[in-house]
Amino acid sequence: MTARTARGLAATTLAAALIASAAACSTPGAGGPAGAAAADSVVVGIATEPESLSPLLGYGKDGNSKIFDGLLTHDASMRLRPALAVALPEVSRDGLTYTYRLRQGVRFSDGTPFTAADVVFTYRTILDAKTNNAAKTELDAVESVTRQGADRVVFTLKYPYAPFAERTVLPIAPEHIAGRQDVNSGEFTTRPVGTGPYVLTAWSKGEKLSFRANPDYWGGAPAVKKFTMAVIKDDDVRATRLRAGELDGAVLPPNLAKGFAHDKGRTTLAATSFDYRNVTLPTLHEVAGDPAVRRALDLAVDRTAMVDKLLDGAGKPAYGPVPTDSPWFTKGTERAHDLGRARRILDAAGWRPGADGIRVKDGVRAAFPLWYTSGDKLRQEHALAYASDAKKAGIEITTEAGTWEVIEPRMKTEAVLAGGGSPADPDFDQYLLLKSTLGGDGFNNMARYDNPAVDKALDEGRRSGDRTVRKAAYDTVQRELVKNPGYTFLTHIDHLYVVGNRWKNLTTQVEPHDHGLGSGPWWNVEKWQPAT
Amino acid sequence: MARMTGRRVLLAAPVLLTVTLGVFAAAALSPFDPVKAYAGTAGLTASQETLDQLRDNLGADRPFLTRWWEWLGSALTGDLGTSAVMRRPVADVITERLGWSVLLAGTAFLVAVLLGAVLGVLAARRPGRLLDRAATAAAYTLEAAPAFWLGLLAIWFFAVHLGVLPAGGLTDAGADTVTAGQVARHLVLPALVLAVSQLPWFFLYVRQGVADALAEDPVRGARARGLAERTVLLGHALRAGMLPTLTLVGSRVPEVITGALLVETVFSWPGIAAATVEAATSVDFPLLAALTVLATAAVLAGNLLSDLLYGLADPRVGFDG
Repeated sequence: MTARTARGLAATTLAAALIASAAACSTPGAGGPAGAAAADSVVVGIATEPESLSPLLGYGKDGNSKIFDGLLTHDASMRLRPALAVALPEVSRDGLTYTYRLRQGVRFSDGTPFTAADVVFTYRTILDAKTNNAAKTELDAVESVTRQGADRVVFTLKYPYAPFAERTVLPIAPEHIAGRQDVNSGEFTTRPVGTGPYVLTAWSKGEKLSFRANPDYWGGAPAVKKFTMAVIKDDDVRATRLRAGELDGAVLPPNLAKGFAHDKGRTTLAATSFDYRNVTLPTLHEVAGDPAVRRALDLAVDRTAMVDKLLDGAGKPAYGPVPTDSPWFTKGTERAHDLGRARRILDAAGWRPGADGIRVKDGVRAAFPLWYTSGDKLRQEHALAYASDAKKAGIEITTEAGTWEVIEPRMKTEAVLAGGGSPADPDFDQYLLLKSTLGGDGFNNMARYDNPAVDKALDEGRRSGDRTVRKAAYDTVQRELVKNPGYTFLTHIDHLYVVGNRWKNLTTQVEPHDHGLGSGPWWNVEKWQPAT
Repeated sequence: MARMTGRRVLLAAPVLLTVTLGVFAAAALSPFDPVKAYAGTAGLTASQETLDQLRDNLGADRPFLTRWWEWLGSALTGDLGTSAVMRRPVADVITERLGWSVLLAGTAFLVAVLLGAVLGVLAARRPGRLLDRAATAAAYTLEAAPAFWLGLLAIWFFAVHLGVLPAGGLTDAGADTVTAGQVARHLVLPALVLAVSQLPWFFLYVRQGVADALAEDPVRGARARGLAERTVLLGHALRAGMLPTLTLVGSRVPEVITGALLVETVFSWPGIAAATVEAATSVDFPLLAALTVLATAAVLAGNLLSDLLYGLADPRVGFDG
């Protein structure tokens, strides 16, 4: 044996020893599910991290915040249920005042009692001009909020707003803590204190949020004592860490969720959603603004193919902001893929095929650009499929990618592949999308849709407290959209979650466009029970 | 040596000033809109009135020179301002994260330099032999491999396939407290990946430097005098071969910072790198400025360090001035 081989041997042995010791010291608690498998703890992988945990800045505004409670909350089928209020609000006959009676004996996790003053503080702070809450537009209807005695809060509205109660799921912050700090940057934004089922124990930014159960929760102590949300931005990494056993569950895109389809230890849950993808057809564009072109596109697009090919079946064709399985959907407004009819509509409107197959009318080519946000693969695929379907009808759509900064100045006259969706009330999406007075207001009514019949129905729908009147109003809107679509709605997208089988009877809620922390099967983690 | 250090530190002040001014100007010119970044998805349904109010509150429409001057004034008194995107004081954001980035980048850097030097000397000793050919080929391949991809590969192999190391995070996902043992175990993969992605540079430089030195007269003279192989290799050749590498050490600092960004993302490492990108794309002036100062200072310190080492390693090089 020469000196060299001896040294080589020593090096190899050393390396082997290092690897072995690394393996050895990792055995307890690691090496897969063991780390996460403590009977009463759950670790889930999420894709996005909130900037702030302060409800005053918009955190948890749609309910389900875990650390906080709202006056009301949603059950599995998105019906409103009382939370910090003891019952649903009393609404005055004119629809202008909402009175909530508050639950007594509730305490914030620091032991301080929850009172009507906290409710008033929360809403007033959000509405304050100095508070940097981008979602405050949602409370536009509120004229004032006052307390009556110790256990009543009264909201007075500027105009009758039927879905107002849906807005009161937003979390209540403690005045005695949040009221003493800078609302935009104070410590409360990262160390929240609430009345909710869980208490935040640590937030390692960019890595995870850790919670422990609140044993004194007014709704009963949760069975899951420790709950961790690991922040893993990359889809592939999330899937890999789920497979490695470090996570009990995770949100995954369809193509990666498919890899777990035959995994006996894990179940895939598909949450149906109001999350739509649509194409805005700018009213001011000479081609896209023509009702004949809009109707033709509506019929030329093959929605079923998009669901099958782009979403791997995890979704539904969309004919408007309301998904087909919602009680608010107007039956009979589904449009089948009908290229022949699309062509006939264009022929009748005077759009004649030109030499290159693209139609022309009065010297104008049936062509317009369609923008999508760069880097969003799903939107890109939708845009390309839409352009290819349109081409078959003789309309040329050029797809272009850009950031919102590039797209925004062009929204007035060029098409955009947009997304959105808010399940709580039909008013939330439709009013912002279709009301003519909101044309070009921020990102609202991007298509500058202007239809007096729709405007009237939207007002009826938002003002009337009577459900049958509201249903009729939204039926009108959906029927008008068939005659003159301002948008081509393409798909509603299911959100997929893969979860281990250690817990029973997991459910999902209908989800909005936004993947908040409260989405996914862990929307009610405080109610989870062990499977055995 | 002390004089050189002092002069460099003095020179750093105007450099840092210029760089921050440049950052403010570049950010102001960038197409990104701070209000949109702040509002996120809520901005897509917010009324124009709300957006205008936000713009006013954030001071987003004021000229960048004003903002820079104000930032400078308060930064000099120790107030780094508030990060709009993190909703926290900038000082808090940085103290929370900087340590973990320094730990990761420092460990990786050290591993890369040491491993690169050892492999380089071994390869240069017998050019063209198996070790040399294998290591050189591997180095060129690694140079082309993105750190991000190496990270995924490492997770697949060590975490999923072998199950010996955690795939990400600072501690076990379910753990509440940060213990040294856990951090050490979680540091292995990201630091290794970052080190391996930097390794080729050091290895190739050392190998070339030592190989060149071995062919030079002083080494041949030393051999002729009958000095031991070890003395020739470490005392003469490595010393000469390390010189270009020392310059490299300083100039690789920015690379390690950018490499750390990708590695931190893949391994959910709670460091400062991810915050940097967010600060830039959200035009978060205060956070961006503070991070730029840090990065610039790191680069300046890196250069100073390599010059100092250079002077120490080769007395002929002296310290400037």
